[in-house]
Amino acid sequence: MIEQSLLGLWYGFGVAFEPHNLMWSLFGVLVGNLIGVLPGMGPLSAISVLLPITFGMHPVPAILMLAGIFYGSMYGGAIGAILLNLPCHPPHAVTCLDGYPLTKQGKGGKALGMAMLASFFAASFGILVMIFCSPLLVAVAFKFGPGEIFSVMLLGLLAGSTMSRGSPLKGVAMVLVGLLCGVVGTDVNSGTMRYTFGIPELADGVSLVALALGLFAVGDFLLNVNRVNYQTHGAGVRVRDMLPTWAEIKQGFMPTLRGTLIGTLFGAMPGTGPTITTFLAYAFERKVSKTPERFGHGAMEGVLSPEAASHSKTQVDFIPTMCLGIPGDPIMALILGALMIQGIAPGPQLITEHPDLFWGLIASFWVGNVLLLLLNVPLIGIWTKVLQVPYRYLFPSAMFFIAVGVFSTDNSLFQIGEVLVFGAVGALFAALDFPMAPILLGYVLGPMVEENFRRALLLSRGDMMVFLQHPISGAFVGASALLILVQTVTYLRGTRGKLGVLQAT
Amino acid sequence: MRSLFSYNKDYYGGALMILIGLTAAYAGRQYPLGTLGRMGPGFFPTAVGVILAGVGLAIALSARPASGASAATHSTFDWRAWGGIVGGTLAFIALGEYGGLVPATFAVVFISALGDKNNTLKQAFWLSVGMVVIAVVVFWWALQLQFSLFRWG
Repeated sequence: MIEQSLLGLWYGFGVAFEPHNLMWSLFGVLVGNLIGVLPGMGPLSAISVLLPITFGMHPVPAILMLAGIFYGSMYGGAIGAILLNLPCHPPHAVTCLDGYPLTKQGKGGKALGMAMLASFFAASFGILVMIFCSPLLVAVAFKFGPGEIFSVMLLGLLAGSTMSRGSPLKGVAMVLVGLLCGVVGTDVNSGTMRYTFGIPELADGVSLVALALGLFAVGDFLLNVNRVNYQTHGAGVRVRDMLPTWAEIKQGFMPTLRGTLIGTLFGAMPGTGPTITTFLAYAFERKVSKTPERFGHGAMEGVLSPEAASHSKTQVDFIPTMCLGIPGDPIMALILGALMIQGIAPGPQLITEHPDLFWGLIASFWVGNVLLLLLNVPLIGIWTKVLQVPYRYLFPSAMFFIAVGVFSTDNSLFQIGEVLVFGAVGALFAALDFPMAPILLGYVLGPMVEENFRRALLLSRGDMMVFLQHPISGAFVGASALLILVQTVTYLRGTRGKLGVLQAT
Repeated sequence: MRSLFSYNKDYYGGALMILIGLTAAYAGRQYPLGTLGRMGPGFFPTAVGVILAGVGLAIALSARPASGASAATHSTFDWRAWGGIVGGTLAFIALGEYGGLVPATFAVVFISALGDKNNTLKQAFWLSVGMVVIAVVVFWWALQLQFSLFRWG
């Protein structure tokens, strides 16, 4: 098994180093890096904007590029958080706590250098886990019937919606809205047109690109224009400042390792968001520290552990997506959607049917991470300059790219209207404090959930107990029930705690 | 005031979910439901709609004041931003159908740029001209987008 993995990896490096693939991978990590630095643009909107141009491409470079955006943005997020105190996207908010104080003490370059080494270590660890665990998971996954797939997805949807930020109930509501969006279009089993409102363009369903762009780009603009006003001061960093000494590396190793392990654990669990992972890593590091009072005033551990956690999670996230076809978080859902548009169904058969894609992707992770490590040094200066482009020029240009990007997917203007509708709906939901990301998760998984649910009950002749009687499926249903129980208990305890505080004051 | 508003947010949010859920469930009834063992196309959306309505009810019932900071940031409706972005996109659709890529690009950038209160007409104009150049060079010429530069009717 291990030998086979190593052979696959060797083959993958061949794929990743093909000039064409290498070029797109490089393009992806660069764009991702830039997007990570820019406030108000997360990897979700970046991947949505670039999704249309992948349709004309071969699947391998397309996926390498999209994945590159994802992990590239993780490195970029650290730059913004440490140097400028900008929590560009939520997972890095916790890095600001100790990263920015370090910058104020003049140790920003060092913190960045250490964080990048930690990230590289964590990413490499995540990649190794992916190489050796994927074949094992695939062996198990071949035993999955429709009942098991449904239960895993149920757990994924529940975890994805309740364990991210904000109210769990609202997350669940958004997943359900996403499931409904996924229903629109022609029913696979009977050919009935559902929820198309008599519009022929909707017969193929809601477009993934339009949904993602509407929710994450246009929706954001509608809420942020005239409100966001960021001022930046370019903090110069010299390469010499970034190189840590041997003693510092030794000191930083344990926090990095702890962060990496936390990230790996959470990456393997479907649905746990990246933000909660980094916050947990920070909290854990603070708990084990002998000097917890330094945290918040520039403790290097408080930077390394969350950064390492976010990077190992990023890589490990790809395991359930690629091997089971079950995305762990919305970005994975988007990448899964991109694969399906290319006509590739991720799942246990992916490694054997598309080895170039699977092993090429893994090898490109390494290539991309090395590139990022090398590129970040000269690029940091450029990125801090880019940050000075005002939002008021950025968003009208982005509106054009969105319009023309959506048009190019199908050469139809109708989908631009879809973007507008989802943008308005997204802004409304966001204004009511609903999280956006679970909609995407529900939309991508919706058709699969329905199909497997129907197939499982068809096989069992309508007996609902089938989900509990099969051991694997039963375990996942049990885990889902446990999750709901824990959330309810936390909620009830929270209310009681608050009431107690109210009475005390 | 702030806590009052966030109370309302959860009520409105819950009510909206109930509305969406019930509408979906009601609309799902026009498709055959089938039985558990042999489900029709209407079963799944109806079930999801009913569950959504239930979750919406739970959201409204569990409404409690949000802890300060998160509330009240979106309390006012920004007509200018919405007008710019929605108007610009609609202009792109209309001009894309009856004008071609050049006027459509100009319109979407120009109108949405005016949605930001700090942009002057002159800045919006030059930004739009710049994007038209990008549209023509990158999308029409280099990427061979099927979108004529000008067309009438």
